Amino acid sequence: MTVTEDTRLFIEENKRRYAELKAAGQKHAPKALPGPTPRDGAPIPEGAVLHAETIPGGWYWSTPLKAGEALRIRLPHGPAAVSMIAWAAGDKTERLNYADTVKVQWTSALGKGRVLFSDMGRVMFSLIEDTTGFHDALVGGSTAASNRARYGEKALRNTRDNFILAAGKLGYDKRDIPPALTFFAPVRTDADGVFHWLEGKRQTGDFVDLRAEMDLVVALSNCPHPLDPEPDYAPPAVEAIRFRAPAPAADDLCRTATIEAVRGFENNAR
Amino acid sequence: MSKFFATPVRDASTAIADYFVPANAPFSCLVKKGESVRIVDLEGQQAVDTLFYRADDFSERYSSQDTLRVQGSAYVSTGTKLISSEGNLMLTVTADTCGRHDTSAGACSCEANTVRFGHQVKYLHACRENFVIEVMKHGMSKRDVVPNINFFMNVPVEPSGELAIVDGISGPGDYVELKAEMDVLLVISNCPQINNPCNGFNPTPIQVLVFAGEEG
Repeated sequence: MTVTEDTRLFIEENKRRYAELKAAGQKHAPKALPGPTPRDGAPIPEGAVLHAETIPGGWYWSTPLKAGEALRIRLPHGPAAVSMIAWAAGDKTERLNYADTVKVQWTSALGKGRVLFSDMGRVMFSLIEDTTGFHDALVGGSTAASNRARYGEKALRNTRDNFILAAGKLGYDKRDIPPALTFFAPVRTDADGVFHWLEGKRQTGDFVDLRAEMDLVVALSNCPHPLDPEPDYAPPAVEAIRFRAPAPAADDLCRTATIEAVRGFENNAR
Repeated sequence: MSKFFATPVRDASTAIADYFVPANAPFSCLVKKGESVRIVDLEGQQAVDTLFYRADDFSERYSSQDTLRVQGSAYVSTGTKLISSEGNLMLTVTADTCGRHDTSAGACSCEANTVRFGHQVKYLHACRENFVIEVMKHGMSKRDVVPNINFFMNVPVEPSGELAIVDGISGPGDYVELKAEMDVLLVISNCPQINNPCNGFNPTPIQVLVFAGEEG
């Protein structure tokens, strides 16, 4: 390819700007993320609980979640996986975007201190507490087909149909269902990009706390993750507790951990 | 490179349709069941953001998560089956001279660009602008734009979970070819991103060729 002088200058200018942006980003060194929350840590403050829901194995639940409220998703009865999708309240076209979430934070390994983005460059959730640090952002939830492949022909509840039901009851349709994140699904890739399920990364008592950073509608599905090798379909009930989160301080971890999170919150404030 | 070809190499002159897509531009066309579509990176290092919709029901569309779940691994190349939101096979990748394509990082947007690169880049053209323009020609809207495939974009996912968009590995003339397993609407954003290395900082044109099916 023949590169004209104009094109060469264009590339040089773009490269120079990228180098500047990169330097600016790196000057604001990301805070060291703190690692998992202890299982007996982060008690919900007295009187802060607004609602507690038990989601039976295989079922779904949806809830409004106002800015400043948080959702604790907890495993009181043993290992389970909980898939989540979410919309901005009042605008179903703004929704959880896993691709932007992993891309702008340079990682698919979500844990305490990370944030979850909408498709509009705004922060939907802060992951303010998390006892495991092992969740799935890339593979998504179960479907009728993935259940058949794992458990055989018997009809079993799955996350795709759960989200169709949750969306349908909200007056939304299939087109409004974004890809999901799944909490307590310890999936990582190997050097060739093959997905592996990491045993032993979750147990009774594990929880995540998700603080809403804008008014949201959230749908959860309690179905085994499609990569879970357990041959029996026996998801235990999980607990979802909606509570008033402590007000974030000026040095709030999730709001200050990375320059990308800072800019996301600047978009929220606009 | 022969291991990347699952089908005989087709002669470009036998294509039944031949489209030139300028740098930064959106594009769409129908690909019928049995036909094959070839996307050519004419000058190298050009990310091609791509979506597919079932031609007779746009509510069924490409699903990155279903595709990766069925495949069991994170990269798109020869043999990858592209799965729809309804769990159906949409297309199969049948040839790939490049070797690795991404479907985890989605498309750039003006809004996400402000988070990644700073608010000063808000008013630069982006893939989602292309996608919205193009899907609205077909009666769809932003809610129909879902995380896509990025042909010729190199996004290694590390065992730690870390991922980053790094320099593209495609050279001039590299291509990927897909056989349609149902009638699909192909929608492309020829990526205009100039803030990271995915297009070598210089967006360039691509070519889209459609070949008739074996039966005719």
